[in-house]
Amino acid sequence: MQLIPVSRGESFAFATMLGIVVLLAVVPVARLAQEALAPGGSFDAAVLARLAETPTVWRATRNTLIVSLGGVALAVALGGAFTLLVTLTNLRGKKALVFCFMLPLMIAPQVTALAWINLFGPNSTLLAAFGLAPAPGTRHPLYGPEGIILLLGLEYAPVVFLAVRAGLRALPRDLVEAAQAAGAKPWRIVRTIVLPLMMPAFAAGGMLAFVGSIGNFGVPAFLGIPAGFTVLVTLIYQRLAGFGTSVLSEAAALSLLLALLALGGLALNSWLARRRDVRVTTWTTAAPEWSLGRWRRLVEGACWGALVLVLVLPFLALLATAFVPAIGVALTSRSVTLANFHFVLLDHAATRRAFFNSATLSAAAAMMLVAVSVPLGYSLVVRRAAVLRAVSFATELPYALPGVVLAIAMILCLLRPLPLLGFSLYSTIWIILVAYLSRFLLLALRPVTNALQQVHPSLDEAARMSGARFARRLATVILPLVAPSAVAGGMLVFLTAFNELTVSALLWSSGAETVGVVLFSLEQAGDSVSAAAVAVIAVVVTLTMMLVANALASRVARGVLPWQP
Amino acid sequence: MAAVTLDGVTKRFGSVTAVDAVSLSVADGEFLAVLGPSGCGKSTLLRLIAGFEKCDGGVIRLGENNVSGPDVHIVPEDRHVGMVFQSYALWPHMTVAENISYPLRVQKLRGRELEREVDSALETVGLMGLADRRPAELSGGQRQRVALARCLAMKARVVLLDEPLANLDMHLRARMLSEIATFRNVSGASLIYVTHDQSEALGAADRVAVMDGGRVHQTASPAVLYRTPSNGVVSRFIGGGAVVRGEVIATFANGHATVELFGGLWQVRSAPRQGTWPAEICIRPEDLRIVDDGSGFPATVARVLYQGGRTVMEAAPATASGTTLSLSLNSSEVPAPASKIRLAVIDGWVIPNP
Repeated sequence: MQLIPVSRGESFAFATMLGIVVLLAVVPVARLAQEALAPGGSFDAAVLARLAETPTVWRATRNTLIVSLGGVALAVALGGAFTLLVTLTNLRGKKALVFCFMLPLMIAPQVTALAWINLFGPNSTLLAAFGLAPAPGTRHPLYGPEGIILLLGLEYAPVVFLAVRAGLRALPRDLVEAAQAAGAKPWRIVRTIVLPLMMPAFAAGGMLAFVGSIGNFGVPAFLGIPAGFTVLVTLIYQRLAGFGTSVLSEAAALSLLLALLALGGLALNSWLARRRDVRVTTWTTAAPEWSLGRWRRLVEGACWGALVLVLVLPFLALLATAFVPAIGVALTSRSVTLANFHFVLLDHAATRRAFFNSATLSAAAAMMLVAVSVPLGYSLVVRRAAVLRAVSFATELPYALPGVVLAIAMILCLLRPLPLLGFSLYSTIWIILVAYLSRFLLLALRPVTNALQQVHPSLDEAARMSGARFARRLATVILPLVAPSAVAGGMLVFLTAFNELTVSALLWSSGAETVGVVLFSLEQAGDSVSAAAVAVIAVVVTLTMMLVANALASRVARGVLPWQP
Repeated sequence: MAAVTLDGVTKRFGSVTAVDAVSLSVADGEFLAVLGPSGCGKSTLLRLIAGFEKCDGGVIRLGENNVSGPDVHIVPEDRHVGMVFQSYALWPHMTVAENISYPLRVQKLRGRELEREVDSALETVGLMGLADRRPAELSGGQRQRVALARCLAMKARVVLLDEPLANLDMHLRARMLSEIATFRNVSGASLIYVTHDQSEALGAADRVAVMDGGRVHQTASPAVLYRTPSNGVVSRFIGGGAVVRGEVIATFANGHATVELFGGLWQVRSAPRQGTWPAEICIRPEDLRIVDDGSGFPATVARVLYQGGRTVMEAAPATASGTTLSLSLNSSEVPAPASKIRLAVIDGWVIPNP
């Protein structure tokens, strides 16, 4: 193992960082695997065998694959087409288009689901205003697999977009120019040069979309549960919500199944990534922009029209519902009311608490993770060694694995009283904080490592030559250089944690509700107007955070803010 | 006393030996150039001296102190060795003055004293008035000077320069080279200067170490290197000219030898040695003359490269096919390409260790 020589202080800091990663990322996953495979301490296939005999499990697995693969197909089609349009043509307003296209990824899936439910259901305040709402009592058209596929496709199209755009940016311009010199027209070049070279990028994006889809809780919870359509994630949730920790072994086995599906996708992805050309090129050598000529207006119109359809209309429906006093009341100048906002922010103790909890939990997680990620990122980027690649992989696990899997791993780790301390974190708010720290470590770490990779190692070496020790170099050289990216990473953590439902749905307890949890409970209890108000507030918070982060955009490493061109 | 001593220093990366049992010593205040093609291990050598890499074998001493060796590795922070990086490594978030004063602030220097040191360093490199600029607002040559001033301010006794001119325009290089010499005179520090450009090395250094394949092949003054290269690698790498096969007939105590070459007998230089032996002989461009009195050996003009006042002519001797000899001629006396000429050898050097 080749390590660059470092001082003792630095070795100590590195060991501490390593310990944190092991505790947050490795221990929970290992504990989960142990519970599923060897609940009594030795290997025991009884739980697995019982699951294999349960038809519900098979059905849920099949359903998971159906909606995930359907969602992936839609995401690849939408994301791919959009990427080609914004990277290869002279479309105007690309920045705004990309920002809007990325929104479904940033807005919580349960919020999106709620918005679409409000748009199309028999109770749609918006459609009712135009007399278009389906008759009361009819089945909601989005309940069931088709609706889930639609929303998963919309949510993960941005993921495909990011992957393909990265691929297109690395596409050497001369390959395209050689085809132009050979006399090929743009459309032919796209078909014969660009698309074949982008296949690995498409595959990578698709695989990430797949991993996201199988772990998605918000969409199948809102659109599947009411229709009796169960996927693995909702099955685990229902078992655990219904029977409590007595079915923990079974839930662990189920989530291991889910984890294996996800890991299969990830392994395939990293195999594809290794075959991909990872040449780094600059913006200036990027693919050419082809003129759309007289079609430009039409294409622009189509893009914005589609965005209005999938973004603006659902959000308007949500707004409409949030401003009426009760479901079924038409939105008029006389019925419009702020009562729902008043209720969820001030009157209703649980939602008031939830906003406070989510804001504090997200802010605390963001700050702690930023504080860890700078020294950890430094250790990862500056000291490159085999053990560090393992660490790097370990930090990705809790984020890549479905949230339900992580939540169960957390329960398994924290159910019993902590050693030495003698009390349990289970059914307190702290278990959610620990889960957030584990799950979102990667979100804080990646911007820092991105930024550090753009810092030439000699800048650190020059400080070493000057006699500066580890802590001083970190404070005076490394931190100033990566600070904007680290802060942006913190904002991503806050944004994601604030919108999160999957983890807290299994970990919340009375008094420790999150925004996602109360949104889900209100909708399940039929209080759609309050749910809509909560969702509107969540959207406003998300958009505000994104715009605040934009202020940093020019100073953060490229690729840190996904919605930035 | 030697400022830097390397004794059998070895560094391996996996199965590649980047630095192979290198021994060198640099005197106090000496300017040593390490010259070699890219990938020869010369930058690794610098990084070993600075402490950024750990030795796999051998010992490095700075003055009297063992800094690298078996069971010893002093981290770079504690070596007090200055380095001018190829990228200059100026911190983009600090001003010129902050960059220069950084090592001093690390040493807990404050206030007036700090200002005085920074001002004096700025003055030496001619950057007064730019103290508050950011590195991004400076030209390449100015950045180079800031990097030098930083080493000056930290009063390093040993300064390592890693291809410091590689990122500069052609016309800036000569000027920066003389500024580096000034820097040496002002600071009194020992300089180890790594480069692949022989004109930089031969023109500025007191001594040059020629490196290839991780080994140092010869360390000597530029004139000695040029006139008496110790082996084939050095003679091919330094100066233009050719290495040709011949036979040493006899050597003399005055440092001369008679060799058989291109079908004739010629007088060249050689280290004394008994007997006759087949040898490689280094023939520089100025070691050949065109003769028109029927003496010499026949050759054909292969190529003519006009270079202003002088012209380089390449000729192929009729007796040794595949060999190309080059001559440096006055541009007024160059024969036409493909014409037949006769050449005489007026000097040369028998390479001791081919």
